[in-house]
Amino acid sequence: MKHLLKHTTAIVAGVAAMGFVAAGPAVAADAITAVSWGGSYTVSQQEAYHKPYTAKTGMKINSVDYNGGLAEIRAQVEAKNVTWDVVDLELADAVRGCDEGMLAKLPIDELPKGADGTPAADDFLAGTVTDCAVGTIVWSTVIAYDTNKVKGYKTIADFFDTKKFPGKRGMRKTPKINLEWALMASGTPADKVYDELGTEEGINKAFATLDKIKNDVIWWEAGAQPPQMIADGEVVMTSVYNGRIFNAIAVEKKPFEISWDGQIWDIDLWGIPAGTPRFKEAWEFVKFSTDTQRLADQASWISYGPTRKSSVPLIGKHATAGIPMLPHMPTAPDNFKTALQNDFIFWADNSDELNERFNAWLAN
Amino acid sequence: MITADGIPLKVSLARAMMRNKMRAMLLVAPLFLFILFSFILPIGQMLLRSIDNPALVEGIPETLALLEEWDRQDVPSEEVFATLAREMIRGSEDRSIGKVGARLNQEFAGSRSLFNKTIRRVKRMETGPYKEAFLKIDKDWGDVELWKNIDRMGKQYTTAYFAAAIDMRYNGDGELIEQPEYKQIYVKLFGRTIWMSIMVTITCIILGYPIAYLLATLPMRTSNLLMIMVLLPFWTSLLVRTTSWIVILGKEGVLNETLVWLGIISTDSRLELMFNEKGVVIAMTHILLPFMVLPLYSVMKTIPPTYMRAARSLGANPALAFWRVYVPQTVPGIGAGSILVFIVAIGYYITPALVGGSDGQMISNLIAYHMQKSLNWGLAAALGAILLSGVLALYWLYNKIVGIDNMKFG
Repeated sequence: MKHLLKHTTAIVAGVAAMGFVAAGPAVAADAITAVSWGGSYTVSQQEAYHKPYTAKTGMKINSVDYNGGLAEIRAQVEAKNVTWDVVDLELADAVRGCDEGMLAKLPIDELPKGADGTPAADDFLAGTVTDCAVGTIVWSTVIAYDTNKVKGYKTIADFFDTKKFPGKRGMRKTPKINLEWALMASGTPADKVYDELGTEEGINKAFATLDKIKNDVIWWEAGAQPPQMIADGEVVMTSVYNGRIFNAIAVEKKPFEISWDGQIWDIDLWGIPAGTPRFKEAWEFVKFSTDTQRLADQASWISYGPTRKSSVPLIGKHATAGIPMLPHMPTAPDNFKTALQNDFIFWADNSDELNERFNAWLAN
Repeated sequence: MITADGIPLKVSLARAMMRNKMRAMLLVAPLFLFILFSFILPIGQMLLRSIDNPALVEGIPETLALLEEWDRQDVPSEEVFATLAREMIRGSEDRSIGKVGARLNQEFAGSRSLFNKTIRRVKRMETGPYKEAFLKIDKDWGDVELWKNIDRMGKQYTTAYFAAAIDMRYNGDGELIEQPEYKQIYVKLFGRTIWMSIMVTITCIILGYPIAYLLATLPMRTSNLLMIMVLLPFWTSLLVRTTSWIVILGKEGVLNETLVWLGIISTDSRLELMFNEKGVVIAMTHILLPFMVLPLYSVMKTIPPTYMRAARSLGANPALAFWRVYVPQTVPGIGAGSILVFIVAIGYYITPALVGGSDGQMISNLIAYHMQKSLNWGLAAALGAILLSGVLALYWLYNKIVGIDNMKFG
């Protein structure tokens, strides 16, 4: 049976490849395919990494958008027909993909030194380089609200208080981050959140808090949705990636405000799917795009922090709006007071279980 | 009997027939291959995938073999732990062990990091005793329930995915038990999917029947115009139509703004038509309406107007004539339209995903979720297999009651 499954996969993939893929540009050796999350985030990568890399080496970078997750990578690796060369991953996916053999192991010690001469191992923030992936940005999920409709918002507890702040809320359709916030809103300090989530009572408590606003939540899935939902008036406050909402506030001058209280930060990393025929080219690109200058450049297109310490002093102003970017980074001291790092080990273990529970909770 | 060239007639005839058959086969061969590769093989693969369970069998075969002799009472012996340690180290090279942890984690939360953590430590160990070391790394290794689960899940084929798809699970001893209440979802979603598809089908009949009737009876020029109005949205992209419903039905959308402006509702009591079941039924009805109108129209077109006139002349009033003479003749059209709409609706995915909110999700959204996010392809396949058999059962039922040769598309 196992072989049957593999053979048919190979045949189907082979036929598909003959028909569709062989003609595509991705197979040509003078181009690689970089996959990312779309919108203003992909633009920041194109400006900071892709264009300079093409200018320097002549290698073309095809941009492809996706919505996260490992499904496409797994499908390509299992069918032995890998067309994605570099993928922008969340930490939990990067670790899982590495464990299960979907991502190639990387020769991490080849990463270039920082511009100030610090070896890469010391230059990258702790935990931002793994066996199979190299970190690029520190990003964070925050609350943003419409200042015309919400007055006096202070802490994350206000997000769960529909009496004081009536109106719809936007939340990402996943238990991750929402459960953490629910506990914070019911009084758990940031550094105790994952201890409490590890217990049955903690989980029940978090779901009970979510229950209170369930009828007022509109769930989103793609990062571009929440800025749109709040601009449309569909919601008065929403969870959102800090970079996306920054662009709406600073560049498009929307009347929104970010509340950094209880921000949950995470990192994004470049990973290379196992078995890509363009591994060498992909790895060259990863090394280039994670050097000091490139990471600092990206921060002038979107307010996500660089994962290299040596990049921080080089952060300047926004490329088009001319705003100094440092105060808008998730890691800026004023924003970081009650920050919590997403615990990818907790989620690697419990996401199967909690996602099921969350889905059932949603449907009931 | 022998033909002119000396070959028996029978043989010659058989050859000619064979040639014809071959020619016919060659003509359908491209279609057959296409269906084989794009339809039969993938579906067969899906069915295989719903019972296939290779992770443990491939990752830790020797440990599983040793567990055959285990008494299932106490924690297994040192030998089992030593074998597992050896297989962990070997498996971490080709990373097959990661799949073992992932598979166990699907049914036994926490196994993923238990495995990863243990592998990291075991790699640094030179010699045993392993049992003691494992228990020191994590006391979960002393949990008999964990070992029972490893033993149970170490089979090449499993019905666990199907059990999960109907809100059941196996305990360590292999008994089928109900999932805890807070995790029960699939039965309910199957029910809702069927319910919503019925709703959509019924609204399509109610809305589509008069349109089809008008199309079939109006003079050509007007009916052509009407036909274009039916077909134009049909030719528009599904995504465009769905997102335009978001614009129309949203909280500050066209409909609500108009109603507020007209003073019918106040600005605080705007209708909530989007991101719930109502929105999905409205948008899906609009999208699937042509599937109802077209078969109905083609059936109605063939009904001679003289029948109605005959009924009237025999004394029936218009309503009676319509009900007793016209409607029965359109039943094949209603049947064809309903089965088309229902089967397309039951597998709908994009519209509920975009406008469904939390209570407008259908079973396909969960299948997509397990394909794309949780990577539990086995469960996705089992859900898909159940959905498929539901559609086949429906087809069988339809054939029994109405007769499939009564279905007319034109």
